[in-house]
Amino acid sequence: MPSTASDVAVRAEALVKTFGSTRALDGIDLEIPTGTVLGLLGPNGAGKTTAVRILTTLLRPDSGRAWVAGHDVLAEPDAVRRAIGLSGQYAAVDENLTGFENLYLVGRLYGKNKPDARARARELIGRFRLDDAADRPAKTYSGGMRRRLDLAGALVAEPLVVLLDEPTTGLDPRGRLDTWEVIGELVAEGATVLLTTQYLEEADQLADTILVIDRGRVIASGTADQLKAEIGGERLEIVVAEESELGTVSRVLTEIGAGEPLVEQHNRRAQVLVDAGTKSLIEALRRLDADGVVVLDVSLHRPTLDDVFLSLTGHAVEEPAVAGSSKEEAK
Amino acid sequence: MTVLSQGIRDGGIIAWRNLLNVRRNVDWLFAAVIQPIMFVLLFAYVFGGALGGGQYREFLIAGIFVQTTAFNSAFTVIGLCNDLQKGIIDRFRSLPMSRLAVLLGRTTSDMVVSSMALLIMSLCGLLVGWRIRGSVLDAVVAYLVLLLFGFAMSWIGALIGLSAPSVEVAQSAGLMWLFPVSFISSAFVGAGTMPGPLAAIAEWNPFTAVIQSVRDLFGNEAPPGMAPPAGWPADNALLYAVLSSVLILAVFVPLSVAKYRRVASK
Repeated sequence: MPSTASDVAVRAEALVKTFGSTRALDGIDLEIPTGTVLGLLGPNGAGKTTAVRILTTLLRPDSGRAWVAGHDVLAEPDAVRRAIGLSGQYAAVDENLTGFENLYLVGRLYGKNKPDARARARELIGRFRLDDAADRPAKTYSGGMRRRLDLAGALVAEPLVVLLDEPTTGLDPRGRLDTWEVIGELVAEGATVLLTTQYLEEADQLADTILVIDRGRVIASGTADQLKAEIGGERLEIVVAEESELGTVSRVLTEIGAGEPLVEQHNRRAQVLVDAGTKSLIEALRRLDADGVVVLDVSLHRPTLDDVFLSLTGHAVEEPAVAGSSKEEAK
Repeated sequence: MTVLSQGIRDGGIIAWRNLLNVRRNVDWLFAAVIQPIMFVLLFAYVFGGALGGGQYREFLIAGIFVQTTAFNSAFTVIGLCNDLQKGIIDRFRSLPMSRLAVLLGRTTSDMVVSSMALLIMSLCGLLVGWRIRGSVLDAVVAYLVLLLFGFAMSWIGALIGLSAPSVEVAQSAGLMWLFPVSFISSAFVGAGTMPGPLAAIAEWNPFTAVIQSVRDLFGNEAPPGMAPPAGWPADNALLYAVLSSVLILAVFVPLSVAKYRRVASK
């Protein structure tokens, strides 16, 4: 590994971690070339956070090895900590401290002296557009501002590798766009980033390469385009008036679609993944019209994490029993 | 930098951050300032009247000092548990900082809070008739013993705070164990009136030794009819108080630091 340290910023080999009877990680391999962004995409409980915790030295794997910036996470945890910036799943800001004080605190704990820690905090406050709020306690911040402050905290020591665990979970759409913008700038400056997300759209926006994980295993990897091609881009859904016409619909969708259509008899609904978006939709309607099928409703959906999972694993995203887990349509 | 000097440097930074929190959070201020006043006045007048008036009030003060100082370890429990639940400890653990610092900073800042509480309680005590009758040096030693004991209690609190599954549990667990431990002592009554086994526990309870040594150093005598504790711990109260505080630290510092290294939020 050390010979390729400058080309590969993060490497993990066969990481396994079990909690009781749950295999949170079941042999994950990953590699992030320096200066690129890897998106770890998966539902709740897929093992994303466990992977981040191992790479940030917070957790020891049961087996497997990992290197960050050329340092072994198990053998040289302090060297790894000096090279990384972590923004965890929940914005870890001290609510009673001001934005400035939060960043100053982190700078001091990275070993900076007082003037350096102050200067760096001021610089990040400006860069993350928190100037007006710099001297207000963080508890008065909006969710988006809090997240920006947390991200700024991860960048205090100008880390080689930045790890962001679900950076937009719990944010409103504005906060999400805001955060994307900040991460985008980070990426433009050449940082190596590992980002976990439940949203395909987010991985698509921010990541060079996406690793889809489910139940602690990597089930697919590639660029966003490759993944979309693999799952057939968009999902075309058609509802007809008569159940008897579903046979015709199924045939037409098979001809046009990128995979096997899914037919729901009782809803008189059929759907299929398509490659050509609106063109596929028009073609489908033309053929159904020619066959005299009465179409009640037609819609085209951009692929969601559910679609990725349905297509890759044959099962839908299984939400854990915990309520409130966010599952949303990507637009 | 050596492990210890980095621990002290980083611990100081964490303590600074904790004290900013205390200053800005009304709940903490209430607990640190109002509660000690309330305890002195309640015990002095509710129990004091029934159990022997002025002299009992003077006797009681040392008990309240020790109990309040020990109860302040609940700040450590709640503070650490809060940081853990909010992911702040995750952030700290991902930084190249000392593994000792978060705990040392917390127990130290809580010692500052306890010093403040002791000052306030002492002023209150003077108002209700308590006096320092020994030398200034003895009084200084008494306060140092109190702070050392409180510091040791905070490290027990650190382990509880890092082990509690939620802040609610931390809140009750952090205080619950302190009630029997502080009451089965000579804090409020002479241990002589307790049934056999309880009296034996009270006799060897470090609380009793700390309270007895503080009373000796302040020169506060027991009211007539309330026999002072007897036996080796009572005869060597100061030595036993310091020894047991050091022993608690020797056990709970390594345990808490080991727990901190492995701790996970949620």
